[in-house]
Amino acid sequence: MPKISQKAIHKYLRHDKNFPHVWCSGCSNGIVLGATIRAIAELGYKKDNIAMVSGIGCSSRMPVYVDFNTLHTLHGRAIAFATGIKIVKPEMKVIVITGDGDATAIGGNHFIHGARRNIDMTVILINNNIYGMTGGQYSPTTPYGDRTTTTPYGNIDPTFDICDLAIGAGATFVARTTAFHAIEAQSFIKQAFEHKGFSLVEIISACPVIYGHLNKKGDASAMMKSMKENVILIEAFEKLSDEQKNGKQKRGIFVNKIRPEYIEEYDKLVRSLQDEKGGE
Amino acid sequence: MSKNNTIKKREPVLMQGNEAIARGALDAGVNFYAGYPITPSTEIAEIFSYELPRRGGKFIQMEDEIASISAIIGGSLAGAKTMTATSGPGFSLMLEGIGFAKMTETPCVVVNVMRGGPSTGLPTKPSQSDIMQARWGGHGDAPAIVLYPNSVMESYELSIRAVNLAEKYRTCVVLLSDEVLAHMRETVNLPDLSKIKIIDRIKPTIPPEWYKHFPENPKYPMPMASFGEGYRFHVTGLSHDEKGFPTNKAKEISRMMERFRKKIEYYIEDIVQIESFFMEDAKIAIFTAGITARAAKEAVMKARKRGIKVGLLRPLTIWPFPDGAVKKYLGDKKAIIVPELNEGQLSHELKRVMGGIWNYEIRKTKNIVELHKNSGELITPEEIFQTIREVK
Ligand SMILES: Cc1ncc(C[n+]2csc(CCOP(=O)(O)OP(=O)(O)O)c2C)c(N)n1
Ligand code: SF4
Ligand SMILES: [Mg+2]
Repeated sequence: MPKISQKAIHKYLRHDKNFPHVWCSGCSNGIVLGATIRAIAELGYKKDNIAMVSGIGCSSRMPVYVDFNTLHTLHGRAIAFATGIKIVKPEMKVIVITGDGDATAIGGNHFIHGARRNIDMTVILINNNIYGMTGGQYSPTTPYGDRTTTTPYGNIDPTFDICDLAIGAGATFVARTTAFHAIEAQSFIKQAFEHKGFSLVEIISACPVIYGHLNKKGDASAMMKSMKENVILIEAFEKLSDEQKNGKQKRGIFVNKIRPEYIEEYDKLVRSLQDEKGGE
Repeated sequence: MSKNNTIKKREPVLMQGNEAIARGALDAGVNFYAGYPITPSTEIAEIFSYELPRRGGKFIQMEDEIASISAIIGGSLAGAKTMTATSGPGFSLMLEGIGFAKMTETPCVVVNVMRGGPSTGLPTKPSQSDIMQARWGGHGDAPAIVLYPNSVMESYELSIRAVNLAEKYRTCVVLLSDEVLAHMRETVNLPDLSKIKIIDRIKPTIPPEWYKHFPENPKYPMPMASFGEGYRFHVTGLSHDEKGFPTNKAKEISRMMERFRKKIEYYIEDIVQIESFFMEDAKIAIFTAGITARAAKEAVMKARKRGIKVGLLRPLTIWPFPDGAVKKYLGDKKAIIVPELNEGQLSHELKRVMGGIWNYEIRKTKNIVELHKNSGELITPEEIFQTIREVK
């Protein structure tokens, strides 16, 4: 993989007045931002041609820092806003930045229907297992038994496997990695960008300040280490016994397939109507 | 809905209210529609789904109303003229998005074909009970432009106007209709396309470094860049500065809020439309809008035949509320009758304005007479006529 220099990254940041950023030290959001920019730099996309759309949450604060066409929307609605942009300007590269709560709780409906339509966009979902922005309430991915400010006795709510959810809904590129595996994240994001259709990259991330703190997960580096040890490649995961799988998650590309994409189908429809008109 | 509704020649045609709204929007240049079906608005979506792909436009049926309003805002930022249509329950779901469009000054039009509520209420019956929702429904202080026609032809005209005002003032404009207006058919004679005034977005010509998506002292219409055209601006629902970046500075926030308010206040003459019908010598006035104004007109004619001096004042622009016209036309009347299909929404606003001029709580000689119906039936001309006789 070609190395993208730190200087190259600066080309994609907004230097106006948006720094310092809002994220806590040790937060994984910056790593995801870095991986995203590197993937864009590698592909040589024009900044003018990128629309980055987000919902609400710590993760969703990302667009303000990058020098693209950027849209920070409503909690949960990023994919719906992005759908409007993509339909009107199909030539644009549409990237959605979202969180576990944003995409799978309040925005669950848009998430599954975006995947079902297979509309061409890349969703980068930063899964930190908590509602970071509002101070640490449980999300649909908070593990069983975990402490959050709204599960003071431990969480009893079952979790979503976000990749399974996306696959079930029809997404055509589905991958999971972690903030620890930053280079792999860059590679998955790049492949997702190049994929035609609805692509999801779930990035398991650390919110050391709230989630980590409430659950005694140690500092940011301890949480990184845990990602390294517990989020393992699909092949390695499958070799484990059921007992060994406990507490582990698999990472890798789960789905990468081609299925009719929404915009292409729409264009086909328009062409068929033109042919019909021509015959009149 | 007939499938064969691409109008080729501009000759008199029989048209439904909903169809007129869709036709008007198409003539005004709406090229992206996203919506979720709901009675009594659905025909609007059906017509767009038929017409837009044939005209190089885009149509999509979204998963719900929240997605619909979100998609049209996204589409508008990408450069399209956009519309969605719904009814009360869907409009409630759209309110957060409508606030976002106002906050981010993104043009779009939301049609609300009113039906009886609350909740699922009366899907197939008319109502005028979203007059307040259209103004105050969302959270935060944000002025509203809300139009309400009273005929099929006017549905067409105000649909064009709604799109134009949205583009001109960069905001979400609400076009109200009601179940009867939406579904009734009238003969309309649509004007030639060349005769229709269309307001298109002006593109910025300055270098991108100088571009401000939210300039402090704008003239309307103002240049507005779209995504993908080299300007790379930021849009957020957070309070923001001229460039669109989030701010917590009181001064910048006040300026932003003031701009939202001023663009309605300063241009109120341009935005407000009102019809006065036999008002010159009237002693009694009727004040109402939309479908109920039709019954009111009939009642006025009947009363006039009997020598009763009564007139009708009908706002076509419900919000901003036409305070000026109300004061001018109604200040010297003995009584004002306000018939409406709700529990007193127009009359509530009227009282706010008249309170100052009449001090009507004290002056018992002056009177606002409310006539409400919330059962899904229309107020009849006869009922209004009887009320005229009572207050005479
Ligand atoms: C309609 C609405 N409901 C609730 C909120 C409050 N809220 C803001 S961010 C957030 C949760 C964000 O969680 P997640 O998407 O996981 O993002 P994170 O902060 O963890 O990155 C909530 C509930 C809101 N802004 N809007
Ligand atoms: S609260 Fe958590 S997710 Fe939010 S910025 Fe801080 S560390 Fe990151
Ligand atoms: Mg989260």
